[in-house]
Amino acid sequence: MKKRGLNKVDLIFEKVDLREVLTVAYNMPQAEIIQKVLDSGLKGRGGAGFPTGLKWKYTAAEKDPDKYIVCNADEGEPGTFKDREILDRVAYKVYGGMVIAGKAVGAKTGIVYLRGEYKFLLPQLLAELDEFHRLIKEIGFDFSISYRMGSGAYICGEESALFESIEGFRGEPRNKPPYPTVSGVFGKPTSINNVETLVTALMVIKHGPESYSQLGTKDSRGSKVFSISGDTPTPGIFELELGMTVQAFVNEFGDGDTKAVQVGGASGFCVPRKRFEDTIIGFEGVPTGGSMKLFNSSRSMYNVLHNYLDFFAEESCGQCTPCRVGCQQLLKGVQKVKKGEVKSTYLTELIKLADTMKVASKCGLGQSVGNAFKTIVENFREEIIY
Amino acid sequence: MINLSINNQKISVEEGTTILDAARKLNINIPTLCNHPDLCVAGNCRVCVVEQTGARTLIAACAMPVAEGMDIHTNTLKVRNARKHIVELLLSEHRSDCTKCYRNQNCELQSLANEFAFGDTIFLDLVEDHPYVIDRSSPSFIKDDSKCIRCQRCVRTCTELQHISAIAVANKGMHQKISSFHDKPMSHVVCTNCGQCVNRCPTGALVEKTYIDQVWDAIYDPGKHVIVQTAPAVRVALGEDLGYDPGERVTGKMVTALRQLGFDSVLDTDFSADLTIMEEGTEFLTRLKKVLVDGDKNTALPMFTSCSPGWIKFIEHKYPELLNNLSTCKSPQQMFGALAKTYYAQKKNLDPSTIVSVSIMPCTAKKYEADRPEMRSSGYKDIDYVLTTRELVIMVKQAGIDFRNLEPSGFDSVMGESTGAAVIFGATGGVMEAALRTAYEIVTGREVPFKNLNITPVRGMEGIKEASIKIEDCVDDWKFLEGAELKVAIAHGLTNANKLMRLVRSGEASYHFIEIMACPGGCLGGGGQPIPTNAEVRKRRMNAIYSEDEHMEFRKSHDNPDVIAIYEEFLGQPNSERAHELLHTHYTEREAY
Repeated sequence: MKKRGLNKVDLIFEKVDLREVLTVAYNMPQAEIIQKVLDSGLKGRGGAGFPTGLKWKYTAAEKDPDKYIVCNADEGEPGTFKDREILDRVAYKVYGGMVIAGKAVGAKTGIVYLRGEYKFLLPQLLAELDEFHRLIKEIGFDFSISYRMGSGAYICGEESALFESIEGFRGEPRNKPPYPTVSGVFGKPTSINNVETLVTALMVIKHGPESYSQLGTKDSRGSKVFSISGDTPTPGIFELELGMTVQAFVNEFGDGDTKAVQVGGASGFCVPRKRFEDTIIGFEGVPTGGSMKLFNSSRSMYNVLHNYLDFFAEESCGQCTPCRVGCQQLLKGVQKVKKGEVKSTYLTELIKLADTMKVASKCGLGQSVGNAFKTIVENFREEIIY
Repeated sequence: MINLSINNQKISVEEGTTILDAARKLNINIPTLCNHPDLCVAGNCRVCVVEQTGARTLIAACAMPVAEGMDIHTNTLKVRNARKHIVELLLSEHRSDCTKCYRNQNCELQSLANEFAFGDTIFLDLVEDHPYVIDRSSPSFIKDDSKCIRCQRCVRTCTELQHISAIAVANKGMHQKISSFHDKPMSHVVCTNCGQCVNRCPTGALVEKTYIDQVWDAIYDPGKHVIVQTAPAVRVALGEDLGYDPGERVTGKMVTALRQLGFDSVLDTDFSADLTIMEEGTEFLTRLKKVLVDGDKNTALPMFTSCSPGWIKFIEHKYPELLNNLSTCKSPQQMFGALAKTYYAQKKNLDPSTIVSVSIMPCTAKKYEADRPEMRSSGYKDIDYVLTTRELVIMVKQAGIDFRNLEPSGFDSVMGESTGAAVIFGATGGVMEAALRTAYEIVTGREVPFKNLNITPVRGMEGIKEASIKIEDCVDDWKFLEGAELKVAIAHGLTNANKLMRLVRSGEASYHFIEIMACPGGCLGGGGQPIPTNAEVRKRRMNAIYSEDEHMEFRKSHDNPDVIAIYEEFLGQPNSERAHELLHTHYTEREAY
């Protein structure tokens, strides 16, 4: 596979004439919108990477006249802060993406579920929303959006836990199936999309799928907004074409002493220096919802891992055994290994446990705890033990 | 129909069937823990994970509906490894003091550990990391979070079956726990003490508060005269924990066993159930007369039964504005208790202070009821100790009694005689049926117009039942009821009770008489009954109860010779002043949260 260098892109934050794009969308048949998004190859930008066009297609196929578009703005992955920036700067494009999604699937109601910690953005978001509602009314759309606030639970970023939270229940993931496209919020067919996904879909309608799919690779089309933090001289938000290697990324953002990059946050993968060259950032390599954390040689990977495990032990909803107890065991396990209270070979048991969590947990949270654990322990075993 | 394959065996099942149920049809056992047939699917313990060919993760068999062409394997290496890990994880957060545990040898986690987690412990002990405090505040049960494995069966029970939510999930992650409102002790929250959670807890996290030792102490005390009464639902369930199938009646053996345990007199709650019918039936007819003839605005209809202490606490919390609708009759247990230290003492020439009155109940709320301050009308605590069916089993085992080979025997005299009407108190609809058998006869002078006295419309496991009975050709005293249509309703399980109460409160329902039992199925499905209790078991116990009724010499409460005798010798008439003093009570409004 061809390895790409780093290519900065300006799609998400690009100024657009919303009236113009939405008028085009308004006059476009439902099926055509879906086809364009399918053709673009766009995959969900929250991290899981489900093809957006398919999600819309499934929701559109449902007979129930009450459907919902939910915008997942519960950005909680450690090291991710791109949705905040998008909402701060181009909320109108998020709303635009929602109304297009609504048109595509046949939904009249949109809900933005906003991370509790982003409450400070709400006044400006609501002001912009009023303006947006006026605009789409003029164009002729029958669609309205409202806000629901999260309360700080990481798990509520998981789609079905998010629905439970909107409905006023404890934020706990549901059993699937049924999937949200069949039975989502309030038991209605729901297309739930990440903030960035909705903006990208809007841009696909504006520029056309052909132009969009020229960016990126076969498995990872387009560009993506990255939240870059850690040991870097240039932390912040950057939109980059997908398909670059970690090496190309580090060349641009590293401080010259990068020993590892955590791609995808606490639930993502740790890429050590020796793998920079052959690891692609994207669905064919290490997928990410945008979080990129760089670590230089001054950092203890034990502390990094401990921090993540501490986070998961707190933020598991506690519902299912592998996640609730597994997270505590991983955390306590590495602590004991570090203190020398159990043999270092205990790490092998913990890696097996991480494998169980990956296959037996109820939702994506528990299933992905093992990613960071395994990649850090396997690549930095000596830092964990000594 | 959906076609799939499980362990290479093909099967065709209806759409919507879970993999777990499909596997059961093939007699393939998939272990479960959080799953309970009475409750909604949780899919949270993950013990039932199985492998689906082509799927990235394992899937929970209890929560996954079948799909066409699925290829399921329940015993692969991947499944076994995960299952072992899951059981080990549960054990690591569970205080495994099995040999001291009340649920030892009747614990679902212990059974799973036997199968999957013998040998060396893999994981670190997490119990020590949590500041667990055992909640002993309820007189009915003990909540020990250190044994809780967060399966949430209790939470689902309390919410789905009982509409209480006394217990709920609090906090997340490592701090997640099953808690109460504001983390208050169970005695201080809206809890009915029904014990349905206790009955469904797979471990020893929720167990009844046991009074076995106190009862033994009383039995061994030569200065005490220890009497025991047994509720109708106990005799159709006790056998389950003593080697019999659900639904086998063991009344005679139970009586013999109680005698062998050393009780001085073995008596029957059925006697006071018959008494309840006399009192409650009379109260009901009096209420009807007050409302229909006298136009009394202060008399409330419909009248609600008051035998179920879980129900009483429920209405005190949730519908205090309807307390006047409750019959003032004490429950059979408490009527018995009040008479034991008065009438019985008199008859046997005993000093009531030397009597220790024990009752064997299918119920945990009865422990609470016995502790209510109103329940001292004999001048003493009317009932000293309440044991559940399960506790009686323990006593039988402790005493080394060979239950199966016991010679059956009959109850002792004075408050030992009973009728079929009393026996059916143990099933939902039973109190209503018993009341109708007597009330109809008082009003018309004839037996109820149902074949063999079996009032089938009030029987069965439907959540809310209704029936009406036309009153014709009344005797002179009750002519005002001529042509009236008496409408009754029955609910069991507090979720159903709540539905019915809403209708009553809003005026949408116009019943005259309503029977409510707090537990699904009535007392036969009580919180103190053998574990497991589920729909199939309840059905069998119900059949046993109706069969016991059919086999009784007397079928109507007013035919009970002991009841006739007590009115002649002691109480005078039903609802007499003395009856009111000893057999009736009052209720207390309680906070709604």
